Amino acid sequence: MAAIKVHGHVISTATQRVLATLYERELEFEFVAVNMGAGEHKKEPFISLNPFGQLPALEQGDLKLFESRAITQYIAHEYADKGTNLICSGKQMAILSVWMEVEAHQFDPAASKLVWELLYKQMFGMATDTAVVEDNEAKLAKVLDIYESRLSQSKYLACGDFTLADVHHVPNIAYLLKTQCKKLFDARPHVSAWVADITARPAWAKVLAMQANQ
Amino acid sequence: MALKLYGTSVSASTSRAMTCLYEKGVEFEFVSVNLFAGEHKQPPFLAKNPFGQIPVLEDGDLTLFESRAITAYVAEKFKETGYDLMRHNNVEEAALVKVWVEVEGQRYNPAIAPIVYQFFVAPLQGKSPVQTIIDENSEKLAKVLDIYEAKLSTSKYLAGDFYSLADLHHLPYTFYLMETPVASVINERPHVKAWWEDISSRPAFQKVAAGMTFGGK
Repeated sequence: MAAIKVHGHVISTATQRVLATLYERELEFEFVAVNMGAGEHKKEPFISLNPFGQLPALEQGDLKLFESRAITQYIAHEYADKGTNLICSGKQMAILSVWMEVEAHQFDPAASKLVWELLYKQMFGMATDTAVVEDNEAKLAKVLDIYESRLSQSKYLACGDFTLADVHHVPNIAYLLKTQCKKLFDARPHVSAWVADITARPAWAKVLAMQANQ
Repeated sequence: MALKLYGTSVSASTSRAMTCLYEKGVEFEFVSVNLFAGEHKQPPFLAKNPFGQIPVLEDGDLTLFESRAITAYVAEKFKETGYDLMRHNNVEEAALVKVWVEVEGQRYNPAIAPIVYQFFVAPLQGKSPVQTIIDENSEKLAKVLDIYEAKLSTSKYLAGDFYSLADLHHLPYTFYLMETPVASVINERPHVKAWWEDISSRPAFQKVAAGMTFGGK
């Protein structure tokens, strides 16, 4: 099979989502850093990889993919026999789909707004909107109450093992742990244990090493 | 035992799941949930979906929620019958379907849902539509649709020259959008308009659309 190329940026949570999955699957890949500061992601040749001008994009031979959660699913299924399992079997695959959708539609909207307000804006010298932070902390708290209940019945979100549903959360959670939002995770014992587990994985350490070496 | 779909006929998310079931020709029992009575926030329903939302699909001892997880399950379980929504025999086409499924979920839906909410749901709660919300999101939706217009000038449907789950996911909210003044974002883009007319004329969706009477029509 042709070599995998990931176009992205190490500070981008969506890029990290894909990198974590590649490391979990122990796959070789080439990382092509996109110069966001120079607006490289909004111009050719990147636009041909992703017409929405967002990171990351994956190239493998003639195949061009974008949207991190489509890329991770492709990697997880295509290389099902390599590295960490990441997917469930039989009917449990449906439960995996459910919790991947929960991450995308219930968790991410609030979590990514908080990461933007509390971290990225700081990086870019912009002012935090405290009303947005308050509003989204409240939303995230409600979602985490449901996660607390779920994780008291199951060690990981989908089936009994670590899967894509868990890995999809790691980039935003890792950032949020560096902010005032850490308390939301600490206050819920099962969520807290799950967070400690998924952020301690060797594959995630490799993603962090890429950030450190940038 | 037949599949059971819990929801309401006017709900966009329920309609998304139902359209998929019809495309696959799968038998199912429809169980109406009384949203006005808050049934979806009561313990018996919360046991099915802790997020208190419709739809929910039950298949024997399997209970699923999130409409796009339901459609993925139905399309996969019944992949050998009905219309091929996921292109499971072609790795690259299947990957492209997943890309455009994500585009609908991550780019299209966040822009269109607030517009539909303001026009159809807010009035039911005794509120007037908030024009700034409609305007901001119409602008976002227009930018997304500019990209769709370019894509649909190179392929008949979003993931390629084949109708797929990615196109299907757009049906319910777009159907409601077309009943508002914001329909112009679709009508002003010729390839998007042609695509919309094609996908909304499919019999599976026509069956579902008959129940989507939010506007009271």
